[in-house]
Amino acid sequence: MQIKVLYFAKSREVAGVNEQTFELGDGAHTEDLLAQIIAAHPALDSVMKTCVFALNQEYVRPQDKEALKDGDEVAIIPPLSGG
Amino acid sequence: MKNIFCEVTSDPLDISRYVELVADPGAGAISTFTGVTRNNFQGKTVIKLDYEAYTPMALKKLQELAHQVTNKWSVCKVAIAHRVGTVLVGEPSVIIAVSSAHRRESLEAVHWAIDELKASVPIWKKEFFEDGSVWKENEESRRLLAQPPAGGAVAAAVVAGAAEGGAAGAGGGR
Repeated sequence: MQIKVLYFAKSREVAGVNEQTFELGDGAHTEDLLAQIIAAHPALDSVMKTCVFALNQEYVRPQDKEALKDGDEVAIIPPLSGG
Repeated sequence: MKNIFCEVTSDPLDISRYVELVADPGAGAISTFTGVTRNNFQGKTVIKLDYEAYTPMALKKLQELAHQVTNKWSVCKVAIAHRVGTVLVGEPSVIIAVSSAHRRESLEAVHWAIDELKASVPIWKKEFFEDGSVWKENEESRRLLAQPPAGGAVAAAVVAGAAEGGAAGAGGGR
């Protein structure tokens, strides 16, 4: 399945990309995606410890192992600083 | 709902626009909060702030927030606007306006809404000094890491009710 990943703020700067598509096997969950993201961008390893995901615009923590499906959009959400 | 207006925009924010949007014949009070770029942080001179948003989700979260205000307090109308892109010293980055029959409701609602916005709306700012820059972090947003997410179905129902109230401004994020 294909998962579209969006990068924001510090994660965008460190990864050097705005968005990217990852190919994952059937049954993959958010923690599997996190591992792939870090494999693709080792420099994100420490940054990701402070981030959560937004799966189709709802917050989830990668470690909650939310199931993914083809076409999902996952945004990397560093600590917020709106306001 | 017609009594909610939210936007994420790269245009400068004009508070009179949002005061007008929440004006209501039944309102005896209009309370507003304006967040502006301050010229210093811990003794260092701040030049500007650059904001970016996950715009579709930010708009959705602002609409949820405005909808929660109407559920929690007896208010007439709610307007919330957040700017993206460069915001210079003295310029507003966020404006919240709430009208209500009596002052207490709108004052409390505005206070709650800005705290909640900082905790839950996917927007980020980078602070630029004369000699560098740093991504800011809201203390309030740490709860995203600490808590399992709230029930998605409830949030989705709130969005469905609030969806017609919003309009996305151009530019800034995606």
